[in-house]
Amino acid sequence: MSTRVARRLAVFVVSLFVASIVVFLFMAVLPGDPAQVALGVNATPELLAKTRHEFGIDRSLVSQYLSWIGGVLHGDFGRSYVTREAITPQLADRLGVTLWLVGAGMVVALVIAVPVGTFAAVRHRKASGATVSGLAQLGVAIPAFLAGILLVQIFAVQLRWLPSGGWTPPDQNAAEFLRGLVLPALSLGLVQGAVLTRYVRSAVLDTLGQDYLRTARSKGLLPGQALYRHGLRNASVPVVTVLGLQLSTLLIGAVVVERVFVLPGLGSMLLDAVSQRDLLTVQGIVLVLVAGVLLVNFVVDVLYTVLDPRLRGS
Amino acid sequence: MKARMQAAALALLLVVSGCSAGSSASVSPGPDTLSVGITAEPANFDFTRSDGAAIPQALLYNVYEGLVKLDAQSRIVPLLAKSWTVSPDRRTYDFFLRPGAKFANGAPFTAEDVKFSLQRVKTDWTISLKSAMDVVDHVDAVAPDHARVVLSKPSNGWLFSLTGRVGAMFSPTGVADLANRPVGTGPYEVASRVRGDSIVLKANPRYWGRKPAYRTVVLKYYADPTALNNALLSNSIDVISALTSADSIPQFEGDDRFTVRQGTTNSEVALAFNNRRAPLNDARVRRALTYAVDRKSVLDVVFNGRGTLIGSMVPPTDPWYEDLSKLYPYDPAKARRLLAEAGVHDLRLRMRIPNLPYAVTAAQVVQSQLADVGVRATIEPLDFPAVWLKQVFTDHDYDLSIIQHVEARDITTFGKPTYYWGYDGERVRQLLAAADSGTPEEQVSDMKQVARQLNTDAAADWLFLFPNVIVAKKKVTGFVQNQVTESFDLTGLRPV
Repeated sequence: MSTRVARRLAVFVVSLFVASIVVFLFMAVLPGDPAQVALGVNATPELLAKTRHEFGIDRSLVSQYLSWIGGVLHGDFGRSYVTREAITPQLADRLGVTLWLVGAGMVVALVIAVPVGTFAAVRHRKASGATVSGLAQLGVAIPAFLAGILLVQIFAVQLRWLPSGGWTPPDQNAAEFLRGLVLPALSLGLVQGAVLTRYVRSAVLDTLGQDYLRTARSKGLLPGQALYRHGLRNASVPVVTVLGLQLSTLLIGAVVVERVFVLPGLGSMLLDAVSQRDLLTVQGIVLVLVAGVLLVNFVVDVLYTVLDPRLRGS
Repeated sequence: MKARMQAAALALLLVVSGCSAGSSASVSPGPDTLSVGITAEPANFDFTRSDGAAIPQALLYNVYEGLVKLDAQSRIVPLLAKSWTVSPDRRTYDFFLRPGAKFANGAPFTAEDVKFSLQRVKTDWTISLKSAMDVVDHVDAVAPDHARVVLSKPSNGWLFSLTGRVGAMFSPTGVADLANRPVGTGPYEVASRVRGDSIVLKANPRYWGRKPAYRTVVLKYYADPTALNNALLSNSIDVISALTSADSIPQFEGDDRFTVRQGTTNSEVALAFNNRRAPLNDARVRRALTYAVDRKSVLDVVFNGRGTLIGSMVPPTDPWYEDLSKLYPYDPAKARRLLAEAGVHDLRLRMRIPNLPYAVTAAQVVQSQLADVGVRATIEPLDFPAVWLKQVFTDHDYDLSIIQHVEARDITTFGKPTYYWGYDGERVRQLLAAADSGTPEEQVSDMKQVARQLNTDAAADWLFLFPNVIVAKKKVTGFVQNQVTESFDLTGLRPV
């Protein structure tokens, strides 16, 4: 088992390294001059040259990459071309917002998927079960940002119950923080919930057909009791695996949802940084996002090994 | 199982409705707090080293003050200087300072600070606007309340630039961390910020002047115009500082919670001709193109007819404004004649524009009108600012472009042949120089001639002037109608 984990770890590290090179090269070929953008329209050629030198973008690509990745390995993502401030603390702040959003989205998804999926499985022969499945199918087709726009129109613009966007840090005002998180978490979670509902439904259906459930029923348990006591725990194994994989989708969805709800997370930071050619910041954010996705996949891989004894021998 | 599911559903409902029960989503807890929605967020608070309009928009006149200020009619009026005199040779300015003014850190404001601030522009500022101080020979602190500035040559433009960010007054005790801790003499100071979200200003208890009506002002930033509009519609903010899309105006006008105010700006939307490049280096061709474009219909399509047709690089708030918008009436036949006269047939032009909504829309109208006179223009939207700045602005690689020129009195850019217009006119340069060194009366008459000369040469086609549209809750009043400075001036705002 440990060799398997070691192999996964190696894949994780190598992928991250390759990703860093790809991200760096993409930034290098992006048209536009960061110094010009930072200085504005009246910049003199001398000031431009000085600023390019200050940014280090007048050096060779290899030297730029090495100094960047060297810093990153020490936890230093460099200084922003635009704000001229260290990127690492900003990344940490913004990542915090994104993680709150992803976490809340996940909670919403689970709160929807587990009961609804189970209901659809138990009632799979009845109209109500089919309707729920159909609705879930529909939910899968709606992109998170569209759900966000609709939710804003209904709950913020029309009903004025909740803010249409903006962010209050949880330590500043917990109530406002929660109110601000509801709509973004819903728009992210509803779609993910719909996706997960289908997995829960098929996992529970699988379990319902198992012999041990029939045994439980024959001992006199009601169908619901049998499922609750013996079935759900077994059904949860494939769902947990899918949940891990969905986490990376959620992370990407969060980037888009942040834009709709004006949340100061990694996504909105990324869009701003791209338009201002704040290349070091863009590189940092993309690398963090890539690392997040790779890390989730790595953890899921390892968990899978832990959960499924059959994989341990190999 | 059934009971559990009901509980879960109930919990979900509670999460959604419980948090919101009965309250309206507003960040204004008290009557002395105001939330203003803005589109461009400052990267930091240091406008001496970071360029762009966002920092002065938030801080100028609110946190920082200068010796003089620009009022809504574009007149230079006293601020930290209660009066000033100009010597007969127009090179020496004596500023008499307001007594009792203090910086937010408690330091008194004196002539030494004037000297420090003006000299610091030359030594420490890194943005290109610093060149406005090149003309300053030296600054003397004659007495604590009397500062004297001696210029190396007369310059009206210099006094005008003092109304902007280069004129901001700093204290030697308050410049240690400008990017995070701005220290000025203004009615507000920066209380806190959440990057990517908001800046909170609170009233400066030491302020020398009238206390602002709103003790706390939250500047909330929305990169997306739709999100900005939604924030006002959902009561998350009280004011939209500047509406950029005309489409949303009716929705605010139709809602009795809001008032919509319209004024003017300094923001000329120009159809730029690359004056250096054939055949656009021929004034007849440029005139032809100017006749070929119906500016009224451009304004109608881009901004629902809101805004002003100006026909020159001069907004109505400048002292030398004349209405030149009728000098090139829409006349496709005349355009065709002029093109034929210039010997130009089958003209193809590259219209390289920033990928911003107003530019893309305007470009489509211009394209179709040029097609009517046989000119084929291809539209190439470029990523703004990065790509447009590089390729059009710096490398001059374009035939036509469309962009708004937001800086005050930017007609002077036609005096720089290296500017992206590529316009090189000896007479305009001489007139601009004479206007800068002359008396105010001479300045007005010279500048009028500059505008007329540029018009005769069809140096560009000034499509229209952007309107300043402010949407606010009915309860907020005291806005500066015309946006003629870099500042979003909070000082006059008050509840009804």
